[in-house]
Amino acid sequence: MTSKNISIRDLKLWYKDSQALHGVDLEISHNKVTAFIGPSGCGKSTLLRCLNRMNDRIPNCRIEGDILLDGKNIYDTDIDVVQLRTRVGMVFQKPNPFPKTIYENIAYAPRIHGLVSDGAKMDELVEYSLTRAGLWNEVKDKLQEPGTALSGGQQQRLCIARTIAVKPEIILMDEPCSALDPIATAKIEELIDELKKEFTIIIVTHSMQQAARVSDNTAFFYMGKLIEFGETRDIFTKPSQKQTEDYITGRFG
Amino acid sequence: MNRSSMQQNKRLQRRHRADRRFKYYGMAAIAFALSFLAFFFVDIIGKALPAFEQAYIQVPINYNGEVKDNYNKAIPRSYRYLVSRSYLRSLPQKLEKYPELLGTTEQTWVLASYRVDQYIKGHKGHGLKSKYRPHVEEMLQNKKIELRFNKQFFTHGDSKMAETAGVLAAAIGSILTLLITMAVSVPIGVMTAIYLEEFAGDNRFTQAIEVNINNLAAIPSILYGLLGLAIFINIVGVPRSSALAGGLTLALMTLPVIIITTRAALRSIPDSIRDAAYGLGASNLQTVWHHVLPLAFPGILTGSIIGLAQAMGETAPLLIVGMMAYIPEAPSGIFDATTVLPAQIYTWSSESIRAFEERTAAGIIVLLTVLLSLNALAVWLRNRTQKTW
Amino acid sequence: MQHTMKRFDEEMIELKEHVLSMGGLVERAIGHAVKAMLNQDEKLALKTIERDRAINALEVQCDEMTRDILVRRQPAAGDLRFLLAIMKVVTDLERIGDLAASIAKGMIQSEESPPRNFSNLDTMGEKVQKQVQRALDAFSRSDADLAMSVIQKDVKIDKLYKRMYRELLTYMMEDARNITSSIILSDAAKHLERISAHATNIAEMVIYMEYGHDIRHVDHEAATKILEGKED
Repeated sequence: MTSKNISIRDLKLWYKDSQALHGVDLEISHNKVTAFIGPSGCGKSTLLRCLNRMNDRIPNCRIEGDILLDGKNIYDTDIDVVQLRTRVGMVFQKPNPFPKTIYENIAYAPRIHGLVSDGAKMDELVEYSLTRAGLWNEVKDKLQEPGTALSGGQQQRLCIARTIAVKPEIILMDEPCSALDPIATAKIEELIDELKKEFTIIIVTHSMQQAARVSDNTAFFYMGKLIEFGETRDIFTKPSQKQTEDYITGRFG
Repeated sequence: MNRSSMQQNKRLQRRHRADRRFKYYGMAAIAFALSFLAFFFVDIIGKALPAFEQAYIQVPINYNGEVKDNYNKAIPRSYRYLVSRSYLRSLPQKLEKYPELLGTTEQTWVLASYRVDQYIKGHKGHGLKSKYRPHVEEMLQNKKIELRFNKQFFTHGDSKMAETAGVLAAAIGSILTLLITMAVSVPIGVMTAIYLEEFAGDNRFTQAIEVNINNLAAIPSILYGLLGLAIFINIVGVPRSSALAGGLTLALMTLPVIIITTRAALRSIPDSIRDAAYGLGASNLQTVWHHVLPLAFPGILTGSIIGLAQAMGETAPLLIVGMMAYIPEAPSGIFDATTVLPAQIYTWSSESIRAFEERTAAGIIVLLTVLLSLNALAVWLRNRTQKTW
Repeated sequence: MQHTMKRFDEEMIELKEHVLSMGGLVERAIGHAVKAMLNQDEKLALKTIERDRAINALEVQCDEMTRDILVRRQPAAGDLRFLLAIMKVVTDLERIGDLAASIAKGMIQSEESPPRNFSNLDTMGEKVQKQVQRALDAFSRSDADLAMSVIQKDVKIDKLYKRMYRELLTYMMEDARNITSSIILSDAAKHLERISAHATNIAEMVIYMEYGHDIRHVDHEAATKILEGKED
């Protein structure tokens, strides 16, 4: 059975000699929003960065276990990391548009991957991506202006548009709203709700309220272990693990 | 309550006083440094200014037949000593070129000898024999001797005759040397830095390399001269004292500086840009070439220009490589023997003739102007190409 | 474990104490209302009706405190269930208070024709008062087993009520002069039966608070099965 899910099997990770992830087992559902929550240093961002192999860039980082995407382990030797990252996109905590024009920001990745040729087709893709990210109407008249001239919330939506442009299956979001004001945050959350129809989304967040608002499933991590995973409604009204309960009700973390 | 607020007040006053004292110490230090600078400039400019004027004398020139064999015959004996020998030497050629001048006489302004020049400038040790002095005084009064702008300084190379000595050869030599230094050190340096910073892993080997590069930047420049002598001149056989030899030696010296400044420029690019590029599936090369380098360019440019400005002012290594010889003519290629501005200045400063003293100062001014312009260029370029993100 | 925000803990404790005070007042009201009826004590009846005002005031206060915590603390999981339960418990307690006051009003009405036979009113009154007491204990100690037993005993109260009702019917059929007093008595018994139903509600909320399962309107046998599954 090929399901377009992510399966994380007994994943362990070490930074030099210190173990950051202790045997995580997790199934991410297709076209749903899964939230990773937990106190600082619990490993949720580390796990997220394994899913698109961004941790490869960190020296002395060692991994054991499997991460299966469509049944294929993404750490197999015949997997091309560059290719993988077009299937698994990432949006970062601080909006980081390229210091190029808005158009170029979106067009860069499809161009280097040869997805679309420059010209009318590229214009279409740029418009589509910006529309999907809810930014088209605000920037359609200033595509040649630098991406860095936009407001924080707009920049983050630009980064999302840029990620969408390569048509990934999965979008990873590492605390995407933590640098934004409440209204910009609300817009991004609305966007996530829209996007999940087309993409599988995994979001790491420090705000439990955000996880409750935005996600279908929630995973709670503590000290590198997965403590509990389940439907968001259950996790937030009747979690089965005491640690989860204590974290969610603000008794620690 | 009153006593404590009085104590508070006293403390406050003391703190303010300490603040002010410190400010004054700072200002005094700056004033002290500036005074040295001011003294230097006043001294140098004072010494150099006379060099920009040169004495010319009006004399009768007779283009007779004997000039071809003995140029001294063109001019009456009383003037011979006063006129620049270089001018007299050029007469036979002139006569060959313009044979119609044969038999004519003319009163023309010609370049005076350096002794006259120094005498009328009032410098001690001018070298003008006393028996000629009244004649010179008289001519001066009759306005047959005057000071004009010294274009020789800029159009001629070095010369044994002080009145025609100039910086042209040295300037061209400096430019050629610098071009070679640039062509060699910038590409190699920048690429090395890019490799070390973006591609190489972080292990003992690369750490050792980094330590060694830092050490190389601190080595006294004269040792590079010895290195250049040993490798380029003795082993490879590059012509001694050529722009190529000088350029390669200076390139070796500038390389560590360029590597270090380029690395610093690359490091100053925040990782968020790289994260964004990698996250979209860009390869290592694409990330560096499309995103990091364009942003680091201003820093790299500035670092390179500063490194090159440093190279231009270097004397010691070039002296070892042979550039202190007497080279009157500008080089026509990189293999020709040449000299550079700092070396020229050094050579002139060791001359005994008084006239070279002002030329030394003038040469220093020229060198300083070039260096300051290069640094100003670096700052301007950096400001223009600076991008914010 | 305490909340990182200590004020939060203090506010929750304060709220619980208020609810328990309200419970105390309500228990007493039931006892007094029945006693007033049995002893035909008008003064006691009037006092009981008067004291219902205090119970109503406490309801308003508890609701206010609950709202405050909901708005400012964004509670989740156990804390959220606790507050949701309290909102319902407070409503139930206020209803119980009203019902007790109605029993006392009935006493005053019966002054003209006091009943001769009070049937099982005192037994029922005792049992119902005990139900309410046990439900509040279960709430106070978060004791789900005790809550379950309250729910199960409600059946007996129902049976008691039906027996009383049949008895009073026979009295009414015997002698027409008994009708007024019998009706007053059957009303009082009805009120007590309703009080017991509210006590059961409170017990169901205790179970929700503990386990997160809402077993209201659910077959109680099925509820036991669900809870047994939970306890593994």
